[in-house]
Parts: sequence; structure tokens; C-alpha cells
Amino acid sequence: MRRLSEDRTKVLFEKLAKYIGPNIKQLIERPDGIYCFREQKNRVYYVSENILKFANTMPADNIISLGTCFGKFTKTGKFKLHITALNYIAPYAQCKIWLKSSAEQQFLYGNNVTKAGLGRISENCEKYQGALVYSMSDLPLGFGVAARSTAECKMVDPLTVVCFHQSDIGEYIRSEDDLL
Amino acid sequence: MDVVSEVLQKSQEESSKYKPITVEKHIDLEYDVASLLVYDFNQFNAQYFERDANGYLLDLARDNTQLLINQLWELPTERVEEAIVAKLPLPKTVLPRAKPVPKPKELTKWEQFAKEKGIQKKKKSKLSWDDQLQKWVPLFGFKRSQAEKEKNWVLEVPQNADPTEDQFAKKTVSKSENVAKNELQRLRNIAKRRNIKIPRVGLTNPEVASAKDLQAAVTVAKASTASLGKFQDRLPKEKEATGVTTITPGASKKRKLPPVSGDVEKKQNLDVVESILNKRPKFDVEKSVSKQIQTKLDLTETIQDRVKGGRKNQIRNKASKKPKGSKGQRAGGKIGAGRKRR
Repeated sequence: MRRLSEDRTKVLFEKLAKYIGPNIKQLIERPDGIYCFREQKNRVYYVSENILKFANTMPADNIISLGTCFGKFTKTGKFKLHITALNYIAPYAQCKIWLKSSAEQQFLYGNNVTKAGLGRISENCEKYQGALVYSMSDLPLGFGVAARSTAECKMVDPLTVVCFHQSDIGEYIRSEDDLL
Repeated sequence: MDVVSEVLQKSQEESSKYKPITVEKHIDLEYDVASLLVYDFNQFNAQYFERDANGYLLDLARDNTQLLINQLWELPTERVEEAIVAKLPLPKTVLPRAKPVPKPKELTKWEQFAKEKGIQKKKKSKLSWDDQLQKWVPLFGFKRSQAEKEKNWVLEVPQNADPTEDQFAKKTVSKSENVAKNELQRLRNIAKRRNIKIPRVGLTNPEVASAKDLQAAVTVAKASTASLGKFQDRLPKEKEATGVTTITPGASKKRKLPPVSGDVEKKQNLDVVESILNKRPKFDVEKSVSKQIQTKLDLTETIQDRVKGGRKNQIRNKASKKPKGSKGQRAGGKIGAGRKRR
């Protein structure tokens, strides 16, 4: 368990900025104490300092998980966001996509969102911006990447992909072993 | 009479002080005299033990020791310098060894390779018949080298070789190099067996060096300044070689960031965030096009509204101010009008 190096911090924040933009500051500057990012076996954890103090008493090799896992660094040095980070990212999301109830299951099985399944989309979403996917009842379902901007969405035919799937809450069951 | 009775009384007193040398046991003990060891399989009397633990154990120990000593006296004894010495038999009990079992001898690199490939050593005969010389030539020694000299009095010049090159000199050089290489390998095997660290040889030959070797060389060379490479420039996308910490000055195996307090870390993180957010956005064609589409759409919508609205809208439009120049939005078309023509 160690601090993120400067390069890795940059990679992490660049990824988060795609989803929540300037709201990253809200994650770092919190009124309820100091929170920080820690790295353990290439996974990044978002931990409050209180928990961190307890965790410091344990040998790093024995720690499996602490705080909330935000994602992991791949072998090529990219950062991959995990579904466990959803609770922290959903409130600050900038680009939101609401799914029709018929398309929910499709998305939760790991498929992309097509125009047909698109219920609503927040305004001025840019192309390839990180997007939060919600059900029509405002329940966050996962992350994606907007495949089309909001304006383009209006024109395309119903079978084109509107949002690329990245992770969804179905992963809690599908890839139980990998999530930590 | 008095003297006799006195002596008798004294001896009686003395004998009453000591216990008899015979001890009665229900089950015979098991002895291993060589290691002075006795196993007592008799029942442990818990009643006695509860009554007087120390006394009972002491008695038990005495009795058993007495029996052991009785056994010792039965062995053949001899006198060495006024001391009676018993000759002990071989021990029956197997004791664990004090030191760990020695490891099997580590194989040399060749032996390991041969074992993997299943190569078996072949016995070569000491003498072999040479057809050319018509005599028996030994495997090694001065007679062998003489025979070689006799045999190789002339050497062929390879087809694409330099004709002025001395083939004999080339042969001796290659032979001596081979010997040196063999010696190096032998020493390396010894060092490996004795767990001695040998300094790494740097880049051996720049002509045959691989990209990986070159990368390692660059990494090491960069760190080899007075400030351990702190002020060296980096190329974009330059990667540092891995596995060279042992030969890189100032590099430790595991570099840990120094611990800082939470507030400092928070500030550092905020700085990073700031630098990311303040990045000047690149000109994105897709983005600008989509924006253009959006404005066009908005415009058409407003026009449609006007048409639908009919007169009512027109009246309102008249009442409102005239649109000022340079404030209207351009509706698509060319970007940049170019030079103003007169």
C-alpha cells in the first residue's frame, strides 16, 4: 500500500476528469475529513485518513482491500475504472444517459447502448466523453463512453450505438472475483 | 568387644543412611546404555504424586538412575589411570542430527543443460587411430599437438575470405579465445556454487547489442552524473530500463515515496487536478462540427417557430430593438471570409 506516483496520479485524474470534470476537487476536498488515494497491487483505493491509519499497522502484503476500490492500472499503464467507484462518481456526473426500461437488462449484461434504448440524454454531451448510465428511475447503472454527441444522437438511426459500455453493476455478479 | 560393636553400629548407621542398590519394578525397564537412557513403562502413581510431588519424583528418579548404574556395572570395565571405565555398546536410539542435511552439489550450467536435454557423457578412448598419419594419436598431450601440427601443415583459405589474412594466426586466436571462454565459464560456475556475487560486465560489444541492452546502457549512463541524473532531459515517451537497479548509481530496489501529512498530499493532488483542468483544449474538429450542427438546429427551430407564429411574432419583432452588428451568430458556412476585396 503506497502513495500514487505523480505520473499515476495524473493518469488517474485525467480519467476521472472525463467523467466528472472539475468536480474531482470535491473528492479531494471534503468537509468530513481528509481522503486520499492509495495504491496496492496496481489497484487504486480511495480511503479516508482514519482508515488509512489503521491499515498502516498491517503489513502491506496482507492487505487485500481498504476503503473503496476506484479501479486498477493495467500493465500498459492505463487506468481502468471499476464499478465500485460508481457511488462516488454518480453524484458529480456531467454527461448522463438514461435508459429505457427495455434496454436496462441489455446494458447490465455488458452490451453497448443503442439509440433505441436511449431514454434521455443530458444536454451538450460531447463525443467520447465519459458518461454515467442511469435507469429511468434515476438509479445509476454504470459507466460508459458517449459514442455520439447529444446533437448527433437526434439524427442517427435507432440501431447505432450511442454509448459504449465500460462497466455496469452487473459486474458485481459477473466478475465477483476480480472486483476488490 | 566394645570396639567391634562400635564398628558394627557405625556401619549399620551408614547403611541405613543409603538405600539398597536393588530396586523392585513391576515391569522391567528398557535401557539404552550407550546414550545413558532409561525408559520407565511402570504406572505413574497419582496418589503418591498428589501427596508429595517432589519427594515422589525424586524417589522415582533415584530408583531409575540406580537401575541404570547397575546396568553400567554389568558392562566390561577396565582401569585407566585409576578411574574405572566401562565400554559402552553402540546406541540403540536414533537421535536427530544437529545440523541440516548437506545440499546436493549444484550442477554446473552445462550439466544442467545436459540433464534437461538428456545428453549422456560418452567415454572417449585415450588413443585413436589417425588414418592420415597412419599412427595412434592420443586424446591430449604433447603428442597430440605434434600430430595436429603435422596434419595441418596447410590450411584452406575460405572462398570469401581476405586472401592476405593469416589463417594459422586466426586459428590460434580462436583457440585461445575458446580456452579463455571456458575458463570464464568454469570460474562462473564456482562463483555460483559458492554464492559469490560477480560484477556484471557492461555492454560487451555495441555491434551485437540488442535494443534492450542499449536501453539499459542509456539508463545507467544517465544516472551516472554527479547529481545522479536528476537534471538529465528525457525524450518524449522514453522508457527506463528495468532490472538495472544493481548497476544504476543512486537507485534503490524499491523506491517508496516519502511519507507526507494528509494536508500536504491533498495540496499536491489539488495541484495535479488544477494542471489537468487548466490544460488548453485542443482544436477538435468533431466537437466544433457538432456545435455547428447544434446551432443550425436551433436556428431552424426558431425559423419554424416564426413561420408558425405568423403575424404575432412579426409584430413583436418590430417592437424589439434592431439587431446590432457583430453580435449575431453566424449560421454555418465558411469559417473566415479571407481577404477583404475592394
